[in-house]
Amino acid sequence: MSEPPNPPEGAGGRPAGEGKSEPLAGQAPRAGAQPPASVPAAAKPPVAGKSAEQAKIAALPAGPPDPPPPADTPLPGFISALQTALAGAVTHVSLWVGDWSIVVPASRLLDVAAHLRDTPGALFDFCSDVTATDWPPRADRFDVIYCLYSTRLRHRVRVKVRVADGVALPSVTGIWPSANWLEREVFDLFGIPFEGHPDLRRILMPEEWQGHPQRKDYPLEGPGELLLESPADWLKVKAAREIE
Amino acid sequence: MFDTNELVINMGPQHPSTHGVLRVILRLDGERVIGSDVVIGYLHRGVEKLCEHRDWAQIVLITDRMDYVAAASNNLGYVETVEKLMSIEVPRRARYIRTILAELQRIASHCLWLGTHAMDIGAMTVFLYAFRERELVLDLFEEYCGARLTYNAMRVGGLPLDIPPGWDRKVRDFCDILGPKVDEYEQLLTHNRIWLERTRGVGVIPGEDAVAIGLSGPPLRGSGIPRDVRKDEPYAAYAEFDFDIPIGAAGDTYDRYLVRIEEFRQSVRIIRQALDGLPEGPILGKVPRLIKPPAGETYHAIEAPKGELGYFIASDGKSNTPYRFRVRPPSFCNLQALSRLIKGHLVADVVALIGSLDIVLGEVDR
Repeated sequence: MSEPPNPPEGAGGRPAGEGKSEPLAGQAPRAGAQPPASVPAAAKPPVAGKSAEQAKIAALPAGPPDPPPPADTPLPGFISALQTALAGAVTHVSLWVGDWSIVVPASRLLDVAAHLRDTPGALFDFCSDVTATDWPPRADRFDVIYCLYSTRLRHRVRVKVRVADGVALPSVTGIWPSANWLEREVFDLFGIPFEGHPDLRRILMPEEWQGHPQRKDYPLEGPGELLLESPADWLKVKAAREIE
Repeated sequence: MFDTNELVINMGPQHPSTHGVLRVILRLDGERVIGSDVVIGYLHRGVEKLCEHRDWAQIVLITDRMDYVAAASNNLGYVETVEKLMSIEVPRRARYIRTILAELQRIASHCLWLGTHAMDIGAMTVFLYAFRERELVLDLFEEYCGARLTYNAMRVGGLPLDIPPGWDRKVRDFCDILGPKVDEYEQLLTHNRIWLERTRGVGVIPGEDAVAIGLSGPPLRGSGIPRDVRKDEPYAAYAEFDFDIPIGAAGDTYDRYLVRIEEFRQSVRIIRQALDGLPEGPILGKVPRLIKPPAGETYHAIEAPKGELGYFIASDGKSNTPYRFRVRPPSFCNLQALSRLIKGHLVADVVALIGSLDIVLGEVDR
């Protein structure tokens, strides 16, 4: 991964008044893009918005509840077989509204994936979905979730891997080719790199985009294309909107 | 002078046969495709991010805008996922009406697919025929909920509206009309020499590869894998109806066509059974006024007209919005197979193969 995971300017980093302008927080300066000569005075001091935003992020939950199954519920055969075959590869098992999910350390992901695909009794040959969830207060802030299905045995399981910001996960494209675009999407929207992926590029956002929109600290309403094209105009629009 | 240089051409994003804003970069040797890159994202609106900032009831109408030719299926997938998170029991009548709406939607979506797919290949008449029948479905939807494209037709826990008086009669009439019309489509295409030349043996994908690359819906069944979420993991009222899952054998464009044609008939069969057995009763279950699922996450899939439509939703149990809202769009995962399918085929087959995957870019890009 070559680009730094820069979140774009949040609700807070608004420019100071008195004809001076700050560089846009977190936004890499573009060649030829001149900082605006004058911007309207901001309605509020710039720091207040920023810290409010940070406090909001810090108050987010630090992970999903992932309740363990009730004591009287037997584990499905493929989970107990996995626990026996690969000792220590399953750190947590959870059952919620009828869905089984397992938590796996990143180092064992490929072993677990190959085991789940090939072992009789599991045969998870269809990788429905690869996605991620962002839990910013947690040290390993991302959950990467693999939704698996077996077209022959017709059962499902979710495999979850926890990963810290900037740390690469092994790619499962060698096991399920369908993960190719799905991992690209996770890379694009969350900034999680995948090691061994054949073609790791952005897929939905433009190639030159800064930041990863599905992260929780990325604002809903970002600068958009106007910032790329004309930062000065964008600042005027933004200031006018805030005064309202 | 002739030479053997490779030629790189750019197809789309503004191209009539890419069904929206799809861009395919083709590397050609003469007329043959030797490599390709599929570029998407031109219609990315950040639906997932947007839904994480809207409350649970408001999201239904955002889901309309993903696969905009099958809005009711999108609604159904979403409301069922939330119902699963909250363990809400949906009344039987609501489940029946949902099934009818979803199957009508499948017919409308397949009509649009058939018309545009045939037109891409050069059969203009089918387009006019198929849109004529699609119009009838849109009229039925209009009478049910007032909208013709983005229906907002479902609520968490049931339905916003009961069916209007006499509507079931009209749906029955439509079923009577559609059966002979599907035979008419088949007369135009199934044994048509040009159609066979253009579709047989084009874009063959064996069943095992189709599963590995993540195809779902008619493209997967065309390769001979009898996988249908309606049968394998029944939702709505599908467990109570009798219907068949058509599968193909060769896994080519022609088989994918045959599978969808048969799905018209199976949808009519399901609708008839649902109308015959339509129970009386309430249309909305016991739903709290403020929808706030307990903390937890789930994945739920339905069989949309284009394949497995899955929603992965996480709730933190505190806020009025989903903590994480993820859609597994069938078109996105099916489109992934395009590079593989078009390799070695002629440029003219690229449009046939895009058509045979039946993609909607509103859903691919979200």
